[in-house]
Amino acid sequence: MARKIRVLIAKPGLDGHDRGAKVVANALRDAGMEVIYTGLHQTPEMIAESAVQEDVDVVGLSILSGAHMTMFPRVMELLKQKGAEYIKIVGGGIIPEEDVGRLEALGVAKVFGPGTDTRDIVAFIDKNFAHTA
Amino acid sequence: MFEENPVQEIDFTTVSAEPVEPLYGPDSVAGLDYMRDLGFPGEYPFTRGVYPTMYRGRLWTMRQFSGFGTPRDTNGRYHYLLDHGQTGLSVAFDMPTIMGYDSDHPRAEGEVGRCGVAIDSPRDMEILFDGIDLSRITTSMTINAPASILLAFYLCTGEKKGARFDQMGGTIQNDILKEYIAQKSWIFPPEPSMRIITDIMAFCSSQLPKWNTISISGYHIREAGSTAVQELAFTLADGFAYVEAGIAAGLDVDDFAPRLSFFFNAHLDFFEEIAKYRAARRIWAKRMKEKYGAKDMRSLLCRFHTQTAGCSLTAQQPENNIVRTAFQGLSAVLGGTQSLHTNSMDETLALPSEKAVRIALRTQQIIAHETGVINTIDPLAGSYFIEAKTREMEEQAEDYFRKIDELGGVVKAIEMGFFQREIGRSAYEYQKAVERERKIVVGMNRFRLEDETIDIPILKIEPEVEIEQRNAVRKVRADRDNDKAARELARLKAAAQGADNLMPVILDCARCYCTEGEIIETLKNVFGEYQEPPIF
Repeated sequence: MARKIRVLIAKPGLDGHDRGAKVVANALRDAGMEVIYTGLHQTPEMIAESAVQEDVDVVGLSILSGAHMTMFPRVMELLKQKGAEYIKIVGGGIIPEEDVGRLEALGVAKVFGPGTDTRDIVAFIDKNFAHTA
Repeated sequence: MFEENPVQEIDFTTVSAEPVEPLYGPDSVAGLDYMRDLGFPGEYPFTRGVYPTMYRGRLWTMRQFSGFGTPRDTNGRYHYLLDHGQTGLSVAFDMPTIMGYDSDHPRAEGEVGRCGVAIDSPRDMEILFDGIDLSRITTSMTINAPASILLAFYLCTGEKKGARFDQMGGTIQNDILKEYIAQKSWIFPPEPSMRIITDIMAFCSSQLPKWNTISISGYHIREAGSTAVQELAFTLADGFAYVEAGIAAGLDVDDFAPRLSFFFNAHLDFFEEIAKYRAARRIWAKRMKEKYGAKDMRSLLCRFHTQTAGCSLTAQQPENNIVRTAFQGLSAVLGGTQSLHTNSMDETLALPSEKAVRIALRTQQIIAHETGVINTIDPLAGSYFIEAKTREMEEQAEDYFRKIDELGGVVKAIEMGFFQREIGRSAYEYQKAVERERKIVVGMNRFRLEDETIDIPILKIEPEVEIEQRNAVRKVRADRDNDKAARELARLKAAAQGADNLMPVILDCARCYCTEGEIIETLKNVFGEYQEPPIF
């Protein structure tokens, strides 16, 4: 039987808006994934450490504070340093269109903006990160 | 009638999923007693309004929440808004300021000036209010854990400009309980946080007669996904907790209660919101009188600011947000708000542009000057629907008060995650309702535009802001008398360890240009830091 997809949902930086992160976490759990939620006010170091410790397949970063161009690259850099580049990044929050392009060019797998249907997030993760038996 | 006339197959519920009857009539308000349940505006139980003349005497304050970039940037926006007819100021701080970090702290990196204005020291506050007379305008500051510090910075700034403490009017949000519940910008644990709040209450009751010490908030609870009843009940429960804390700290209820104020959301369901505000006034007045024995009429008044619901806006077809905001602003006025912020159409994308905030302000001005709704007080009173809904929400709130009491009170309920779970569940259920199209969001799950391009100006915060702020705070530290600053911080530490009122000591720190980060760090060493268990 295929291993369940493991997802870390993380809130980097000082941003305290966790409604979306929790809704996504619930949706992924209801869809049968293993979800770990870091809680708020995480540094990139804490997130990368949790991702490796929890042996996740995907990290979802939720950020509404405008600090995404600092936080996303920092998390990705730290995962690379830990030899965990195989852990993919997705994200959401308030991220302007032009930054979405820049983030995806840096290697973020997908940015899910306001109004995203959680079923689309589930489908994307299922399609791209599922383990084969 | 309903057998022969088919009804649509849609959900006839409020945005909070509350069922609504097709028709309300005399039966719906059986037992309603005008003098007991409604009264006159400005008279107990204040259902119809906190003041006798309401908008016939004075319009609500038009108070747009704003702040971005450097203090100079925001000062420019304040002058713009005042020139365009705004009547009160409202400060939005950036995340480092909200969380107690100076702009050059490692945790501030990438965050300076992005969600609001960066304020590190009284010097920044002086720039923020350059050209503004603090003895003649009131200012609301959305700041919670560090509220004592920003209040001290504001008072120092006023002092420097020749304003007296008894002339300065405004509000600090300073509602730490809702931080643990919803907004999540805490620093210290609950006990020392409540001590700071009662210190502020005591200080203001003698020194700052025109200052609202807390803006007991439901806005953020609602934004986090709660229903209207949860917003109403959790906000008022927090209010009762502050009253009890003030009394436990040895204050007379009438010494501090007149300066407690409230802050509600104006969400999409038009009538549910109006009923909510009316229920809030009635509940607060009754409890303050019957349970807490308040004798001063002003202690019974649920005076409130309202902000239209940010979470109801869409990133798709943002111009539609102007329409949403207009309806929401109207519901707040029909509900008797004392002050109002109307959101800008672009706030799902960025902080408001000048054009967007001007339209938001004009929305209020059109309500005030063109619609005629201000001509009479509480115009919807007596409506079968509104009175039934007001009573229903009051009863539903009372159910929650009982539940919270059973759990041992607000702080205990917070520790158990009660509010957080209620809110999280409501948020998730709403999301599912939208995804199943039980709730329609125009432009998002219905009436979409494929391949939409955003055609409105979007505010950008440049990286230079962070560099400028870092340099500015370093200069403040270099230029001040550092021996004096160190002495005042040491005095603060001793005061925090003891029982003395912290406000005068924080003021002394502010006067010698201690930074916010330094003051918070000193207090953190004594009070510790709060950690939330990450439940979802």
